Amino acid sequence: MTAFTKLTMIETRLFFRDLMAVGLGLGLAPILLVVLGLVPTFREPIPGLDGLRTIDIYVPVLVAVAVATFGVFILPQLMAGYRAKGVLRRMRTTPVQPGTLLGAQLVMGTAMTVGLLLIMLVIARLAFAVALPQNILAYLVSFVLATAATGAVGLVVAALAPSAASANGIGMVLYFPMLFFAGLWIPRANMHPILLTISDFTPLGAGVASLQDAAVGDWPQLLHVAVMVGWTVLAGALAARVFRWE
Amino acid sequence: MESIIEVNDLVKRYGATTTVDGVSFSVDEGEIFGILGPNGAGKTTTVECIEGLRKPDGGSIRVAGLDPQSEARELKELLGAQLQETELPDLIRVREAMELYSSFYRDPVDWRELLDDLGLAGKLETPFRRLSGGQKQRLSIALAVVGNPRIAVLDELTTGLDPQARRDTWDLIERIRGRGVTIVLVTHFMEEAERLCDRLAVIDSGRVVAVDTPAGLVAKVDHRQRVRFRPSAPLDHALLTGLPEVSHVERAGGQLVVTGTGDLLQAVTALLAQQGVIAGDLRVEQATLDDAFVALTGRRLESEEAR
Repeated sequence: MTAFTKLTMIETRLFFRDLMAVGLGLGLAPILLVVLGLVPTFREPIPGLDGLRTIDIYVPVLVAVAVATFGVFILPQLMAGYRAKGVLRRMRTTPVQPGTLLGAQLVMGTAMTVGLLLIMLVIARLAFAVALPQNILAYLVSFVLATAATGAVGLVVAALAPSAASANGIGMVLYFPMLFFAGLWIPRANMHPILLTISDFTPLGAGVASLQDAAVGDWPQLLHVAVMVGWTVLAGALAARVFRWE
Repeated sequence: MESIIEVNDLVKRYGATTTVDGVSFSVDEGEIFGILGPNGAGKTTTVECIEGLRKPDGGSIRVAGLDPQSEARELKELLGAQLQETELPDLIRVREAMELYSSFYRDPVDWRELLDDLGLAGKLETPFRRLSGGQKQRLSIALAVVGNPRIAVLDELTTGLDPQARRDTWDLIERIRGRGVTIVLVTHFMEEAERLCDRLAVIDSGRVVAVDTPAGLVAKVDHRQRVRFRPSAPLDHALLTGLPEVSHVERAGGQLVVTGTGDLLQAVTALLAQQGVIAGDLRVEQATLDDAFVALTGRRLESEEAR
């Protein structure tokens, strides 16, 4: 087995051994989906929205919750912790570069997030009769772009935080505002124009907008795609510049 | 014997501070080579340059003919390292750590046999964080040699271990050498250096002050001996220092420590008999590596407790 496969396998096992991470990473978004889906008024059509219900527009927001939990919380904490503990430094003395370990963690996190996306689409469809995205390809593209943009922001956190605890703190500071602008508390449809404009320029605001567009069969707006690509490139470049192995 | 590591005039600076200032030595294949010095002497920086983790500012290094900077990938196949203050993920199990690190190398050894050798065979399913300090160190030795290296660099391996665990670790190091691995051992413990090393480089303030066998280093100060005893009655120091054999007299608790050369014991006991003083707990001490270190650097190694 190659070092990369082995690393990905072991990182995945380690993730499942950390019950806090499993509960937060895999539990939070589906549980929120079920709770919101059980609110009767959320299953009634909103006047003036072509029969869309609150739960329908919330599914993309909860996908954003899943993306953010891995992207700015779980993965940065893992990476910063590995650096602080010298796990990455130890790997530098072997023929395998520590970048391989970060790559394995990214693959693991991405696989988990994709799994979560599928689980939530299935729950939403079966339990709450939420239609599957009408433009599947646009939905997947939007998901990939939102995941990449959020992951890049998470890499900056991982690069800057001196320890797992501080990565956790920085993650927290980013997590809630990102989810606010993604529409977790006030759906984007109800946001004040100023808030909506800010939301358009955040990774998950643009992400949720694109997912919502794809859900009803449209392609994402150019602005939202540009915002997500921009975050990926800028944050990715910044992370690459400031990241230290030790 | 062939040199497997050649360090010539190595210089490493951090800002205005020169941590390593022209260090040269060579390590023969198959030996346990010690790098001894006080904390902050530049020992770790020196070996990190050998490991390719740091880029030297001057001088040259060859490890089995390879340049640690430009031929890093190849170097890491044949040099295993144990670093100070590095850990594994808390929840990784011993078996997983061994499987993982084995997968990093082209030609790893059988890690099960290795763990047997290191007394960790019963800990395969134990998570890293539940291992004792000594077990963690043994695992880190195992990880350093699982790639079947020709050289293992062990940095402050026994710091923080209790005396029993330290002695066990020394046995393991000799066993690893028995497998044909050349060992570079960074330490600030005299006893460790004296017990394990075939040869030693004494480093102080970024410079090599001596390279020799432990016995060779001691021989440099061998002429000095010490007589230590508890006098039954007060004794005028001037009488002792008046003896031609005596160079120095010191009081340590209730004891007198007389340092000198030649037939020191005979001279001191003759004086005591003449003064009617009985010497209780009389002991003669030869110079140790500790004394050699003091003679070479003008100071004592810091004790572990002082860290």
